[in-house]
Amino acid sequence: MWISDLANPSRFLRAANLAIPWLGGATLIVFAFALYRAMLAPDDYQQGATVKIMFLHVPSAWLGMLAWGLMTIAALGTLVWRHPLADVAAKAAAPLGAAFTLLCLVTGSLWGRPEWGTYWVWDARLTSELILFLLYLAVLALWRTVEDPSRAARAVAILTIVGAIDLPIIKFSVDWWNTLHQGASVFRLGGSTIDPTILTPLLLKAAAFTLLFVTLLLAAMRNEILRRRVRTLRLLQASAAG
Amino acid sequence: MQAPAHIAFIIAAYAAGIIVVVALIAWVMLDYRIQRRILAELETKGVSRRSAREAERTDSERV
Repeated sequence: MWISDLANPSRFLRAANLAIPWLGGATLIVFAFALYRAMLAPDDYQQGATVKIMFLHVPSAWLGMLAWGLMTIAALGTLVWRHPLADVAAKAAAPLGAAFTLLCLVTGSLWGRPEWGTYWVWDARLTSELILFLLYLAVLALWRTVEDPSRAARAVAILTIVGAIDLPIIKFSVDWWNTLHQGASVFRLGGSTIDPTILTPLLLKAAAFTLLFVTLLLAAMRNEILRRRVRTLRLLQASAAG
Repeated sequence: MQAPAHIAFIIAAYAAGIIVVVALIAWVMLDYRIQRRILAELETKGVSRRSAREAERTDSERV
């Protein structure tokens, strides 16, 4: 029931105004605790201190994929159910997903140079992640190209659903092909292969980044609703003047 | 105390993380201020949405 209530943009704005400060506070607290635990984490027996880069790399990879997953659900909301907030959510999530995917690529390169001896290799995991970033850029460009938000939303929704094919490719690339990138080590059948002294701060960092993402997403959705109100008012003003 | 090996790569990665997070927060906050300011300017000029006018009328009828 409350989800259908939130479909009304005015109700959503009221709920977002209430939730954003609390979420922001919770993000700060979890981030502070995660950073503290990350500082206490020992060096890895193979990677040494560079394992600390993983505390940034893994959460940003997760958020890059989560954002596209949310955009895919929103795309279905736009095309199938014509939910009034679906394209607002999709548009708000795109720059966030792009930023975290870029951070994933940059931190991965900075980890790869000391560990692999190279910033980049064209292996399946790295290439599919780069494709995800390029897809984000395409979506951002499409939003800017089509002026009418509802027409842009439909075009973006189709591209998003097609692009979602990249998500399982990213996830399973390390199983399907021989990659320099390591296989799954956090979420895998048989449990994580990471020592708890490193796994705990890694999961805390992932939780902190996820909270940050949710806060930013709500704030960006609120901005998008306001932007659409500005557009409506300007159209009204123009029609009144004409 | 000796700095850990590859410290420059670790610092660069965390600097990139800080830049991305700060940029996203600044973008969202600035955008909010800009949209609120434009909306306020338009409403000062007497431009308002039909739903807002109706809500205002209902409120005044209640009073």
